[in-house]
Formats: sequence, structure tokens, C-alpha cells
Amino acid sequence: MSHNILIVAEHDGSTLSLATAKCVACAATVPGAHITIAVCAADAAAVAAQAAALAGVERVLTVEHPLHAHPLAAAIAPQIAALAGPYSHVFGPSSTFGKDLMPRVAALLDTAQVSDIMAVESATRFRRPIYAGNAIITVEVLEGAKVVGTVRTASYQAAGTGGHAAIEAAAPGVEPPAHTRFVSVSTAGGDRPDLQTAAKVVSGGRALGSAESFQILYRLAAKLGAAVGASRAAVDAGYAPNELQVGQTGKIIAPELYIAIGISGAIQHLTGIKDARTIVAINKDPEAPIFEVADIALVGDLFEIVPQIEQLIG
Amino acid sequence: MKRILVGIKRVVDYNVRIRVKPDGSGVLTEGVKMSVNPFDEIALEEALRIKERGAAEEVIVLTVGPADCQTQLRTCLAMGADRALHVQSDTALEPLVTARVLRALIEREQPFLVLLGKQAIDDDNGQTGQMLAALWDRPQATFASKLDIADGKARVTREIDAGLETLEVDLPAVVTVDLRLNEPRYVKLPDIMKAKKKPLETLTLESLGVVARAQLKTLHFEPPAQRHKGVRVKDAAELVAALKQKGLL
Repeated sequence: MSHNILIVAEHDGSTLSLATAKCVACAATVPGAHITIAVCAADAAAVAAQAAALAGVERVLTVEHPLHAHPLAAAIAPQIAALAGPYSHVFGPSSTFGKDLMPRVAALLDTAQVSDIMAVESATRFRRPIYAGNAIITVEVLEGAKVVGTVRTASYQAAGTGGHAAIEAAAPGVEPPAHTRFVSVSTAGGDRPDLQTAAKVVSGGRALGSAESFQILYRLAAKLGAAVGASRAAVDAGYAPNELQVGQTGKIIAPELYIAIGISGAIQHLTGIKDARTIVAINKDPEAPIFEVADIALVGDLFEIVPQIEQLIG
Repeated sequence: MKRILVGIKRVVDYNVRIRVKPDGSGVLTEGVKMSVNPFDEIALEEALRIKERGAAEEVIVLTVGPADCQTQLRTCLAMGADRALHVQSDTALEPLVTARVLRALIEREQPFLVLLGKQAIDDDNGQTGQMLAALWDRPQATFASKLDIADGKARVTREIDAGLETLEVDLPAVVTVDLRLNEPRYVKLPDIMKAKKKPLETLTLESLGVVARAQLKTLHFEPPAQRHKGVRVKDAAELVAALKQKGLL
């Protein structure tokens, strides 16, 4: 049986996010998948071209409106709902963009949402984590109902390129509401690799003690070509900005290498890193829970060890 | 009357270590500590602060669930909510149904602001607020870490993947809150005594015209795959050597 799947593109106006390519990878595991990507933007051309090049994508629909210059859920949701008719599945990434948008789409379609899909068992059956990843459930969507879902991007490798999908302008005939207005966005990140997609992540916890000492992590990360992450405790204490938070309520990541420095390893943090290939933990408390999941464990003073590592890797 | 409606959920306390039942039929909840979902507590705290600043006159706290939920509603009344609404349901409801309950009570209470946690820490769905905003056809501002209200508008700073985004929304609106919006107050004993006298109204789904439709069926629960405990190294040199051996440096 064939299934038409609509994926909502996440982008910044010029670049398609890797999370969208991961949604494509998830959608491709639905039996009989025919994949369409919807791009809502002020000017969709560049993003649509990138979407059309993803392997496995058959069609790209563009919806252009000045209000789509910023990703406002209230503006995008009615467009997607209006386009959703011919599709059995509507997917978006489980990023803050998709988490904000997709439930609004689901409600407009009068359907339930499956959040954080980590595996597709059939066209209607999905696996997802609950309780901060302490249990995995298999859920079945009622036969005949549209499936609206967010894709847990850490569970998927991004779809490759090489596709040549047709790009069409869609006209859903919806005027987005003016009751929600973008004011500004601020990013502390600078030129460092993106935490969500980096192959290596150096992450710090409360034991760093201050925003100043967090600088030693930035130095190590720069040498490794790594992104910087942080535990909730470190962000709450003001040592690191919110977008660096890794865990249940922050980012769920799956790097090749995750170096946890001065992080005790609360269950809510561990849920954000359980798909990392190799976890390294440096902590002075030999009983810290982070050591239960670490592939390589080093007990000791981070303020001595981190500079030593930096020196050793040159 | 300028009202704020706050939705809360009774959940397994965040400190409880969750275990899946051996037969895969659910998680063990017998005898475990139950609490107000931490995000919802932050939502209530924010509502109370808005009222204390004089920008609201009444804070109503609402939950949907079995009779036991009244314990958590009393906690919210002790924190400072003016009255509580308990919509009875012995079965767990899907977020879309909960959103319909909220929608029905908005009709009755006419709040200028609805505050909810950004997700419940049990099912981690993170859907109810956004669904409510869609059903109500009003603005939503999710993952709020700062909220200012003036002139019929709310200015909301949101924690997003890229950093901090600020939106301006017309009121009424739905705002779902993140961890760093505030630190909820502790409940004092005299407040617990006072809370016993505050109004707590019990309602049924039928009286609100909401059907407990289920579109999802949970077939199976299982524990997550466990990571294996790795090796201990004794110093930075051994660590670097181990990483080189794995081809990671």
C-alpha cells in the first residue's frame, strides 16, 4: 500500500536544516512512502532547491508569504493543514520548531500527534520514548486517521542528496493571522559547530563553577572542532546560554563523541545523550551516575585534566 | 474580571526512578510519589506573579484526571491560586481531548491568558498548549523564559534551538512555559490550612460537552536499551590514547 507523506521543512530562510533530511530518512521507512516536502518561506527558492535534492523526495511544495520570513507556528500551521488533505502522514522534526508547530497542525486536522518518533514499525505503528526515555512505548494510530508526528532526529541519519524532485508553488488559499509577530532572535553561539549536528561535543556541568571557567571548555572544543553543550544545572546557574542545554527538556543529540566534564549525570541529562556513539566522562566524584553510561571514565579534577588533554592533543 | 487560567497535571514525581512492569503493560506507579508537573508549577508561579503585580485579578487552576488529582489542586491553591476546577476522568486522556476541555472552560471563564507547562514529564508529549491555541484560534508562545504583559499584548521570550526568540502576541493567548521563567515559591503551612477553604469545583467531561475520544493505542511498554559500562582510565594521557585508538582524535 502506498502512503503519501508530507514533511514540513525547517529552515532559516536560506538553508534547509539537517533535521528535515532526518525526517525524510524516518518517512522513508514507512512502507510505500511517497515523500513531499512543504517549504513555507518569504522567498522559498533556495530552500526548495535543497529540499528537492534530498534522496527519496518526490515533490516540493512552496508556500510564499511575507509572514513566513520567520517560523511562526500560528502562521504556518493553517497552511500545512490546508495542504494535508491528500496525505496520510504529516511529519516535522522534534526540534523547537517542530515541537511548536506540529501539535497546532494536528489540532487543525482534528487528529492526535505521535511525538518523538524513534522507529517506524508500520504505517500506523511507532516507537517513542516517555518518562525522559526511561520507558519506550509502541503506539498504534487508529486505522484511517491521519498520522501527525514529530521525528526524534537523534534516531535517524540524514537522508543523502542526489534527488531531483519537482518544485511546485502551492496555493493553500489561507491568509495567515496577524495576531502573532516576530520581534527578534538572539544567538550566543558565534562560529562554533552546531550542537545539534556536531560530530563531537564537549559538555560542562555545575562543577565548572562559573561562566569564566566554562571558557576552558570552549578552548578544548575549538581544538577538537567540537560543539559545546551544558547540563541544565550549568545553564540554570548562568554558566552557559540556554541553547547549549542537553537533556530531556533541552537538546537530544547523537554525536560520535560526547565528553561530559563535571556533569554528574542526572537521568534528565542522560536521556539527551543516550544515542552518542562514545561517551567520555570526567568527574571528581567516582560515584557520579554519568560513569554508569560512560565508555571511557576518568575520575579526577577537571581543572587539572582539561588543560592536560588540550596539551596532549596539541 | 481579569483572569488567568493555569492548567496543571498530576505526574510521577521527577525524582522517582521509573520502572517498566515486567509484562510490558505499563510503568509501576503504585505507591510512588505524585506531584504537580514541574513545568506547570512554573506556569502557576508566573500567573501568581502577574496577579501580584496587579495585571490580573484572579488565578484559576485546572486539571483533568481522577479524584486523586485534588491533592495537587490543593497544593496549587496553597501556592496562591484563587480557585480550582477539577474535570473528572478516570482514564488518561489524549492531549487533544485535554485541549478541548480547556477550550470549553475558556468559554466559561473568559481568561485573557492561559498558562501551561511546555510538556508533562510523564508522557513527554508537549502538545496540549499548541492544540488549545489552534482550537481557540488564538496566538501561542511556547517554551517561554520571559513574559511581559502590557496594553492587551504579551511579549514573550522563547527558548528555541538557536537561542532566544522574542514574539509579541495579542491577548488572549496561550503561553507554555520553560524551566527558567521563574522559581516556584514554597508552600507554607498556614497557606495549606487556608487552601482547604478555597473553592474547588468538580466537573464532568459530559457537562462540558467533551468526548473522551482515543485515537492512539499504546500497545507495549519496554525499558530502554542499556548502555554498557566502559573502561576507567587513570589520567589524561590514557584518555587521549584511548580516544586515538577509537579513531576519535
